[in-house]
Amino acid sequence: MPLLEIRNLSVTFPTARGVFRAVDGVEMTIERGDLLGIVGESGSGKSLTLLAVMGLIPFPGEVTADVLSFSGIDLLGLGRRRRRKLIGKDMAMIFQEPMTSLNPCFTVGFQITEALKVHMGGTRAGRHRRAVELLDLVGIPAPESRLSAFPHQLSGGMSQRVMIAMAIACNPRLLLADEPSTALDVTIQAQILDLLVRLQQETGMALALVTHDMGVVAETARRVAVMYAGQVVEQRDVEGLFDSPSHPYTAALLDALPERSTGRDRLPTIAGVVPGAFDRPSGCLFNPRCRFADRRCRADEPRLSPYGNGRTRCHYPLDVDGLPTGARAAEARPA
Amino acid sequence: MTDVLAARDLARHYTVGGGLFGKAAVLKALDGVSFTLAARRTLAVVGESGSGKSTLARLVTLIEPPTEGGLFINGTDAIDPSRRTQKALRRTVQMVFQDPYGSLNPRKKVGAILEEPVVINTDLPRAERQDKALAMMAKVGLRREFYDRYPHMFSGGQRQRIALARALMLNPDILVADEPVSALDVSVQAQVLNMMMDLQEEFSLAYVFISHDLSVVRHIANEVLVLYLGRPVEQGPKQRLFDNPLHPYTRGLLASTPSVNPKQHSQRSLIKGEMPSPLKPPSGCAFHSRCPHATDLCSRDRPKLRPLDGRTVACHHAERIG
Repeated sequence: MPLLEIRNLSVTFPTARGVFRAVDGVEMTIERGDLLGIVGESGSGKSLTLLAVMGLIPFPGEVTADVLSFSGIDLLGLGRRRRRKLIGKDMAMIFQEPMTSLNPCFTVGFQITEALKVHMGGTRAGRHRRAVELLDLVGIPAPESRLSAFPHQLSGGMSQRVMIAMAIACNPRLLLADEPSTALDVTIQAQILDLLVRLQQETGMALALVTHDMGVVAETARRVAVMYAGQVVEQRDVEGLFDSPSHPYTAALLDALPERSTGRDRLPTIAGVVPGAFDRPSGCLFNPRCRFADRRCRADEPRLSPYGNGRTRCHYPLDVDGLPTGARAAEARPA
Repeated sequence: MTDVLAARDLARHYTVGGGLFGKAAVLKALDGVSFTLAARRTLAVVGESGSGKSTLARLVTLIEPPTEGGLFINGTDAIDPSRRTQKALRRTVQMVFQDPYGSLNPRKKVGAILEEPVVINTDLPRAERQDKALAMMAKVGLRREFYDRYPHMFSGGQRQRIALARALMLNPDILVADEPVSALDVSVQAQVLNMMMDLQEEFSLAYVFISHDLSVVRHIANEVLVLYLGRPVEQGPKQRLFDNPLHPYTRGLLASTPSVNPKQHSQRSLIKGEMPSPLKPPSGCAFHSRCPHATDLCSRDRPKLRPLDGRTVACHHAERIG
């Protein structure tokens, strides 16, 4: 049984112009001790997927799924009381903006021990000891004295370390991280990512890391899910994805990275824009921007199907040379 | 090749505190920055937040005068110019900001946004202004019908195109871009970078490109200036700095940048700790508190910028590190 199982997860928002499907049939599994990177551009639904797992989708958003379960517990049918027992203990989340995620009115120590008090109980002195231990674990110098600091006295990097300390306080089995290093400088970003990977390895918890940065994925994740317009379009091991992406979107996204281009040339771009709420094309959602799309792509929506050592949502997944396979192969390949 | 922009020992100090309580302190936001920039060239300024990148942008765009040093734009002394000269100089230096959601007036239509600099600085009649705006919109890849739309109707990438078009309306020689693509998605970032390179060719622009993303810098820059706590630590041609960085800070920045090759995991946490407060900079070399190569000498003496291997570097141990 996987730790987290997501089958056909959708998040919809009613709007004046109809229902907007922000997350559309997402399939994902996370095993114990897994390190999954979820990558996509803004609006791809990657953060909403995590929020849906945590049960944090705000009204009037609606979450539906065939399966949404955490180690066998159905998260959709879970009552509030039982959910509160689970969230913050077995499953925890850290957010992009460390400065705004901490409550400015309470000390760091209070905020860390609050989680411990709710979920673990124990004595006041014991919680205090554990808080010091946690701050030490996340690399905050002089942890004892930092417990009485208020969030505004901390830098961005330090605040994110405190957030991580809070999240791992109750030894969660799954940590969801939503762009944990995006708001930070590169040097601090590297430190935070190292910390997360080290904690993941030491504690054996599973980590789902949402990011828009391909570099962050390449450096940290073992498996990757690429999201586009609310759907998972490709799911692979990290080496395979960067070596020979099988979905045209992944391939185009990798090509657009300045690091992959040589010299001071023009960068390959993806024509067009991500479809918005009400201009979603028929068939494959990527077809208007895909250079390999044909009539079938415009009519039939592809399913996420096994391909190579992963899964891809494409009628003509790309081979190792970056050319489409299947019926499109003959036409696309130069004679 | 003449330099359109030259800076000599630029410095900007701020006095902070000194109210009813406590003593005033001097914050050296920028100190000892010199460079020259020619047309069609790009100078990239890199460093962590608080390193003085944006202060440099404010000096170059004449938003603030420097505390010390010299600044020359097209050979004209830009320190304490007469009102008339200042107005003329400001036309030649334009700026694009990081956040395209904050830098465009939401209550003005695209046309009005583009024409505003022309209205203020020239006496072109209305019809010609409109022609100029439409021509510029075509250059940055915006359709004609966008002329009558408001900024909220555009995506981040399109807004950054509007911001670029606005900056180019007065045919400037120098464009200061403060993190112009940081807020954009990868695919859009590539479009904007391509466009910036095309515009540079077409209008013979000199770019001061401020960025924390070294892969973008590597793509677009000719020269790189690395700042740490307001001081230049390494400065020179892009190729030299990226192929063989001599300052441990440059080295650390490069190592911290995540690589997109999953097989080649970089040695990441090369730089320990965080940037110290600019109010209390460390003695000697400002970087010694985080440097893996620091010795006693580093905490005593501040290293001077010196030429070495085709660039200038401020480190006592540059030979050993390179």
